[in-house]
Amino acid sequence: MDAIKVIEEGYKKEIQPFRVGDTISVSMKIKEGEKERVQTFTGICIARKGSGTRETFMVRKISYGIGVEKIFPLLSPLIEQIKVVRHGDVRRAKLYYLRGKKGKAAKVKEKAFSRK
Amino acid sequence: MKGILGKKLGMTQVFTEDGRLIPVTIIEAGPARVVQKKEKDKDGYEALQVGFDEIRKEKNITKPMKGHFKKTSSPAFRFLKEMQVEGFNAGDNITVDIFSSGDKVAITGTSKGKGFQGVMKRHNYKGGPGSHGSMFNRAPGSIGQSSYPSRVWKNTALPGHMGDERVTVKNLEIFDVRKEQNLMLVKGAVPGANGGYLIIKSKSPVAAKEN
Repeated sequence: MDAIKVIEEGYKKEIQPFRVGDTISVSMKIKEGEKERVQTFTGICIARKGSGTRETFMVRKISYGIGVEKIFPLLSPLIEQIKVVRHGDVRRAKLYYLRGKKGKAAKVKEKAFSRK
Repeated sequence: MKGILGKKLGMTQVFTEDGRLIPVTIIEAGPARVVQKKEKDKDGYEALQVGFDEIRKEKNITKPMKGHFKKTSSPAFRFLKEMQVEGFNAGDNITVDIFSSGDKVAITGTSKGKGFQGVMKRHNYKGGPGSHGSMFNRAPGSIGQSSYPSRVWKNTALPGHMGDERVTVKNLEIFDVRKEQNLMLVKGAVPGANGGYLIIKSKSPVAAKEN
């Protein structure tokens, strides 16, 4: 089992720590034909799953009134940067309940001490 | 033909540079030592006897084995196999770097034992309806006719022991070779449980002869 851990360790990279409930902005490299550009996706992180190279996180945002969710592999080399925009104060590990809420009810409280 | 012995360590997922996540099996491959060289004049055929996975405790080695390994002054090995590999002599070590990433290999192992299994799991029979009062659920059904042949044909698929047999998977792609740790990363799954022994060969012997 150790050799597996060593191999997974090799894929580790510097990531700004973030938790479920935080509003994050993910910059991802996107290839369009020959050209490569960076696309950012900003929203609330509603879940983190898995461990090692398999770890993923789910980001939800409301785009033109429609809820959009995207799952990213945490250690993907295509992710250029993950920035925490706002620290959220939540009591749950998975925020799937946000899916059924609208407007003000779909908001996450900001963590009091982390205001920058 | 190239070949080496190894041990399945487990599976994980790994990223390529362009961001694809690939399932890989990690294999501890070698160093395997050539313990004996079989020769045409003496043994009637040519092959190398290769050993892998050293036995560390002295008490676990039988005396005849000790004498056999002494001939090449090698340590005792748990896993011995004959392979028709060229370019090595008795006493040589075969290491992973005979392979490189992108190579296609055929990997042989012993599949996981499934115990005594019925016909649906073992031979992919369809079975009967699960409900509506059906009493024909997982049974094999008819296994032959009455007056002729009046017996069950040979090789009729019936319940029995499943798994724990030799399985070869061909055309597996090597994703990466790590010489320092004697590791090999192979794309996809490999037969057997973690810790099982594997025989890794570059394609089939027939294909090797044609080249």
